[in-house]
Amino acid sequence: MALIQQSDAALQASGGCAQPLTLLRERGQREVFCGLTSIVWLHRRMPDAFFLVVGSRTCAHLVQSAAGVMIFAEPRFGTAILGERDLAGLADANDELDRVVEQLLERRPEIRTLFLVGSCPSEVIKLDLANAAQRLSRRHLPRVRVVSYSGSGIETTFTQGEDNALAAMVPLLPHSEEESLLLVGTMADQVEDQLCRLFRQLGLSRVHTLPPRCSTDLPPVGPDTRILLCQPYLSATARALQGRGAQLVAAPYPLGVEGTTAWIQAAAGAFGLAANAVQPHLEAARQRGHQAVARYRDQLEGKRLFLLPDSQLEIPLARFLHQECGMVLQEVGTPYLDRLLMAAELAQLPTTTTISEGQHVDRQLERVRATRPDLVVCGLGLANPLEAEGMATKWSIELVFSPIQGYEQAGDLAELFARPLARRQRLHF
Amino acid sequence: MDLTLWTYEGPPHVGAMRIATSMEGVHYVLHAPQGDTYADLLFTMIERRGKRPPVTYTTFQARDLGGDTAEMVKVSVREAVERFQPQALLVGESCTAELIQDQPGALASGMGLPIPIVNLELPAYSKKENWGAAETFYQLGRRLLKDQVPPPGATRPVRAPGVRPKVNLLGPSALGFRCRDDVTEVCRLLGEIGVQVSVVAPLGASPADLRRIPEADLNICLYPEVAKPLCDWLERQFSMPCARTVPIGIGATRDFLQEVGAALGVDVTMALRPDVVGASDLWSPQRGGGSTERARSRLPWYSRSVDSTYLTGKRVFVFADGTHALAAARIATAELGFELVGLGTYSRESAKLVRAAARDYGLDALITDDYLTVEQAIGDAAPELVLGTQMERHIAKRLSIPCAVISTPIHVQDVPARYGPQMGWEGANVIFDTWVHPLMMGLEEHLIGMFREDFEFVDGHQSHLHAGGSKPKDPPAAAASASVGAEKAGRWSQEGLAELGKVPFFVRGKVRRNTEAFAQTRGIELITVDTLYEAKAHHGR
Repeated sequence: MALIQQSDAALQASGGCAQPLTLLRERGQREVFCGLTSIVWLHRRMPDAFFLVVGSRTCAHLVQSAAGVMIFAEPRFGTAILGERDLAGLADANDELDRVVEQLLERRPEIRTLFLVGSCPSEVIKLDLANAAQRLSRRHLPRVRVVSYSGSGIETTFTQGEDNALAAMVPLLPHSEEESLLLVGTMADQVEDQLCRLFRQLGLSRVHTLPPRCSTDLPPVGPDTRILLCQPYLSATARALQGRGAQLVAAPYPLGVEGTTAWIQAAAGAFGLAANAVQPHLEAARQRGHQAVARYRDQLEGKRLFLLPDSQLEIPLARFLHQECGMVLQEVGTPYLDRLLMAAELAQLPTTTTISEGQHVDRQLERVRATRPDLVVCGLGLANPLEAEGMATKWSIELVFSPIQGYEQAGDLAELFARPLARRQRLHF
Repeated sequence: MDLTLWTYEGPPHVGAMRIATSMEGVHYVLHAPQGDTYADLLFTMIERRGKRPPVTYTTFQARDLGGDTAEMVKVSVREAVERFQPQALLVGESCTAELIQDQPGALASGMGLPIPIVNLELPAYSKKENWGAAETFYQLGRRLLKDQVPPPGATRPVRAPGVRPKVNLLGPSALGFRCRDDVTEVCRLLGEIGVQVSVVAPLGASPADLRRIPEADLNICLYPEVAKPLCDWLERQFSMPCARTVPIGIGATRDFLQEVGAALGVDVTMALRPDVVGASDLWSPQRGGGSTERARSRLPWYSRSVDSTYLTGKRVFVFADGTHALAAARIATAELGFELVGLGTYSRESAKLVRAAARDYGLDALITDDYLTVEQAIGDAAPELVLGTQMERHIAKRLSIPCAVISTPIHVQDVPARYGPQMGWEGANVIFDTWVHPLMMGLEEHLIGMFREDFEFVDGHQSHLHAGGSKPKDPPAAAASASVGAEKAGRWSQEGLAELGKVPFFVRGKVRRNTEAFAQTRGIELITVDTLYEAKAHHGR
């Protein structure tokens, strides 16, 4: 796990413009969640779907601990825990899986889509869940469709679980020749409604979403579908949709007022709408957004920010916090760098930014300690230890649970980062 | 393959983490894929620990699998030893690494490191967290003490007269239930009888401390879930006696003092002297700091006081780890006068003991780690109070039954800022408060009965249930949702249902259940007002 430090002084953003950003590539211990974690928001998004992890006790423990969502007496996710017998013979494991699925569907007759979610152990023993999904679909269709994807830690980091889940849905989407806009990536329903309302005002009437709010209400896709990503971690889904003929709209992500504007403008542009025709429709919301963000700018301006890699939202967040809140970026960590999907974001980062890809957590924490940032964005495992060392932190997992996209949430997003700082000002002992 | 929605215990390597995190100077290198680092947050969030757990994960990914994952282990071990300079190193693997068979423990042992290496083999597909903690504590203790094992037949030196007896407290650990405060309380208890505590482990101990274990006269197995294998081994190899009474509750605390006293030849009569019933409980200057007055518990008097009459025969369901389930059953019945309607544990290791105890209470023990089975059993038993884990707290909330948490698995609210032991005299005070408060105070219950016809009274204003979401979702008349399997029972007439709605909510579930059972045995198909009262007469209160 030697540090592979590339003082890649000129990181080529795929947009073609040379970015004199510093790229630090690291390998070592990665303090990140695995893709199973994304079940926590995916199951909320599609209430008629069930997510069955095929894995170990560790997987079950992770999903319940990471989420802290034990409020649901009977959740729409569970784990088929592999036992020693399943490891001994794969034929038995398949029979066992069929039995568990049978048991589950009997218990939950309202389920319409069952996701079999691969885990590290199921990948390592090469349990063929794609095959199992086909077999089980044959048995349970038309009532229940069974789909599989991998959320394993050896293949996915945190939000990539959603990417794989959506990519697995792409082959199921109906074909359509109609021109349409497809918003891809889970956002809070309320946020999505706001953004769809804006698109309707612009005259875009056929706007669909992936994932849909109901797992059987699948959006159509075809050569005249424009894909607009709502989340920056959907590389596989974007590729799969492109494979279905859809066209990817190059855009930043709808975080902050400027991000949202550029995101909507990019989509509008893809449908041939001129920016100056679109702008008037956005003006009221933009004003409100600016006003809401301005309330927190004083608290954030000039404060030094260090983002540890976790959710893959780090780069767009850094862009928003720098551009609209005036924060100084010390290091922007990202689990992996997809230059295509990040092109529009990277282009807006100040040239002095250090981006680190991958992680060697102990070395990264040494840099955090050396630079003493005003705010560290990190995972839950690191937050209290850093606070105990006197540094303010923001948990990255909150960013995937909270409604943060769009104009009306821009102020809330800024507030999430201002709150730990404001709290420190309030406390006196 | 088992379908699991929520789990009571994590995998065994999390048990090993609990031992490592409890201690000073121990580091754990865990061969595990990316994502397994989630376990850190159990400690930093639930227990609000200000330090990362002393664990280095190899966090291998798919691309590493074709390459040299064994080399990743060696690099991680080397870096961890260099960076953290532990006195002892635990090396093990999580479920996925077990499958790729790199044997990290053997690799580390072959690296010629200057510190003891403990090779942990914790079968992830058949064992669970508590087993992993106990095995790790045992393996670490054995590794550190093996050169001190006396030859067979050797006798332990007799303690010289006048020398204070010394004991070790074994078992308290990170992510245990109230271990931090239990240790303080037990030290106080032992101090009273002139017994000195030598080593507390694993909580707060270093490898050097573990090496001092044989210096004591007695081991106290405070939490058998963690310490039993090591205590057994010390008994076998070092002829160290072991006290095994867990001092939770008044009776158990007395038994504990007697057991320790007998093992050490210490007179404990003064410590066991009964409290003066209802004695003045005012503050007096003599009781200020440094007072030598013996600590005592208010539980016996509080339980005898008239306000507690309403506790009589309250139906209680207990489900916890073995230690806390057994303790709770005894306290609930003998010390608070409740009626036990269910007793169970998720710890298969204590199944035998819990089964035996349940038989004594005329019950069948519920031994399961299936959350849904527990939920069903609680619904069927329709208790008035649930004593359980965080899982049972959620079940109870859903069924609108008061609940107190008495065992792991815990959440952040089970790690209170205040002193809140479970063991010893003060532990009994804490237990009295935390179990009784969720039930209605006697007077409040009486008043609600009296005023329930008043328009101000609204079902759901039940201050003893935790804020917010505890309101039953069903309309009042149907709120007896506790009767799982109601569809099997007779139908309710409109009037019958309306009358049921007039029954105070805290007994409505029981009344519904009794009435339906009554109707079923009599073959009554439509439950009327008359059926309701006939059933009431039949069942008594």
